[in-house]
Amino acid sequence: MAAMTDPAPPELAITARGLVSALGHGLAATAAALAAGRSGLVACDFAGQRRGFIGRVEGVESHRLPARLAAFDCRNHRLAHLALDADGFAAAVGAAARRHGPGRVGVVLGTSTSGVLASEEAYRARDAASGALPDWLDFEHTHDLGALPRFVRAALGLAGPAFTVSTACASSAQAVGLGARLIAAGIVDAAVVGGADSLCGLTLAGFAALELIAAGPCRPGDAARDGLSIGEAAGFLLLERAEAAPPDAFALLGWGASSDGYHLSAPRPDGAGAAMAMRAALGAAGLAPGAIDWINLHGTGTPANDAAEDQAVFAVFADAVPASSTKAYTGHTLGAAGIVEAILATLAIEHGLVPAPLNLDQPDPGLRVPLPPSGKERPGRARPVRRVLSNSFGFGGGNCCLVLGRPGGA
Amino acid sequence: MIPARILGVGLWGSGLPGFPASRAVLAGQAPWAAEDAPPPVPGLLPPAERRRLGTTVRLALATAAEAVAMAGIDPHAAHNVFATSNGDGAVVHALLEELARPAPQLSPTQFHNSVHNAAAGYWTIAIGSRAPTQCIALHDATFAAGLLAAMVELAAGAPVLFCVHDAPLPAPLAAKRRTETGFAAAFVLAPVEAEPEGGGLGRLAVRYQPVPAEAPFAALPPALRRLAEANPAAQALPLLAAIAAGRPARLALPYLDARLDLAFEPGDA
Repeated sequence: MAAMTDPAPPELAITARGLVSALGHGLAATAAALAAGRSGLVACDFAGQRRGFIGRVEGVESHRLPARLAAFDCRNHRLAHLALDADGFAAAVGAAARRHGPGRVGVVLGTSTSGVLASEEAYRARDAASGALPDWLDFEHTHDLGALPRFVRAALGLAGPAFTVSTACASSAQAVGLGARLIAAGIVDAAVVGGADSLCGLTLAGFAALELIAAGPCRPGDAARDGLSIGEAAGFLLLERAEAAPPDAFALLGWGASSDGYHLSAPRPDGAGAAMAMRAALGAAGLAPGAIDWINLHGTGTPANDAAEDQAVFAVFADAVPASSTKAYTGHTLGAAGIVEAILATLAIEHGLVPAPLNLDQPDPGLRVPLPPSGKERPGRARPVRRVLSNSFGFGGGNCCLVLGRPGGA
Repeated sequence: MIPARILGVGLWGSGLPGFPASRAVLAGQAPWAAEDAPPPVPGLLPPAERRRLGTTVRLALATAAEAVAMAGIDPHAAHNVFATSNGDGAVVHALLEELARPAPQLSPTQFHNSVHNAAAGYWTIAIGSRAPTQCIALHDATFAAGLLAAMVELAAGAPVLFCVHDAPLPAPLAAKRRTETGFAAAFVLAPVEAEPEGGGLGRLAVRYQPVPAEAPFAALPPALRRLAEANPAAQALPLLAAIAAGRPARLALPYLDARLDLAFEPGDA
């Protein structure tokens, strides 16, 4: 069996964050929605699809990229640009580039579908006689799977190595891991990690074809859950060595990955691959399971995912650590889910608040992992949120878990 | 520079049917002749699955299997890094065409085969691997980015299977993204400290440099140079040529506006 845990992975500091999702633009709007228990999901009316609910980001259509980046214009890059603008993220990266040199800052971003919506629109505008795509489709800078990190690298004026990581819904969590590896190997001194996935006909109709779209807003963990709600989001973290960090920074304490090696679009029912990734993440962080205060589940709300993930979490944590999903707030943001939920994990630590599970009318009695205490119970059962483990699993069988906390692991 | 040992390679491309059969052509000792034979059908998957595999997935599985066999490693022990610029273009095209119809009905199988990591997924399913698996893309720098991701993955202490594969996109996408003839290459890399007794094809070291690469394929025979310029996965050819010739080489591959420097030293040197 492969060595799944690095010998001595260094802890890395998170020195900037940027996020847009259906919960709003920026960290303050996101934290306010989480605290209020307010979902961003609305009835789907996008790209001709009207099934289920979606997490749509406001203001994407009206957002304009700077003229020098116009070739990259598409929904995915507008979304990414909004997140670069949020919370001073771009300015923080600029400062890091001045400290380290632009060639010493890498860009590692996850996406599952890149700017495919641009090609969807172009396929509706093909020349009737020749079948040719319209001249306005700039495939290389929009739909091409390499376009996102090239856009972000250009927008931020960086010159370090760039990567798209595309492992479906594990993409941006694995991008965090690759960014950590680049810093550990001394290839770069800092890495912009994260990802973006935007609403498109392909994923809305594709998940519908798989009969995985919930009729109403998704209900992770509910006995009557009937599928997922797709969302869009872009999120970024700036990773640097811990010594560069201010004392109030957050930290990537560890991460772990595995493969199911089972099926292209169904999880292993026993959750063994997911459990292996969680153990690897804990091992890399040097933490016992009981050191985790909250598990942000992959928790898509499909019957199969939530059941298999419960098996996996129970195998590693038994019933010692509360776990819940935030997908009913943001929707399942696919390749961006890992980075979205890593940032939600830091917000939980920052505000001492585990988001209340939404749409959970009747918790599935077959699931054994405990839910976080509800608001009413919390005063008596409060536990500080110091460390969060966040799960992301994807088609193709990829699993990736991140452990977030404060520098020093305290 | 990050160092590694190369324990095995795999290759499939026009006129390049596997590494042993291509060695003389790669080393410049025999002429290259175009021959677009389909890669061997991997026996790793059940027959029903095999029939459905697209060209790019077949290329990936055939070369990954060849590299692992040459390396003589247990494939379950290897972490996997796959890289492809185009993914499965035939599947993506079919889905886009359906989405342009009034009430699109996508095929669920085509949808799950459209994920960029489909080849990587099929490989892990075929061999039952539980190991970490990445899938990288970066347009014309897909080979350099994938190789760098594979080299840093060696920090985990396990061998790394690095497989790069690309096939042409169908019309009308082909007019937007030129990729001529399918090509795949695979390398089994291992940490230098885990050096086994003898064996191995040589040592590789890489370094990222934020300066442009100049004429990266100039040293290749003209026919191979045209392949390297016509398929992002075929940018593996300069390294494959050095391995085949068993000669030390210093190479610079394009990486956006920068470059990835490679230093190869043959085995038993």
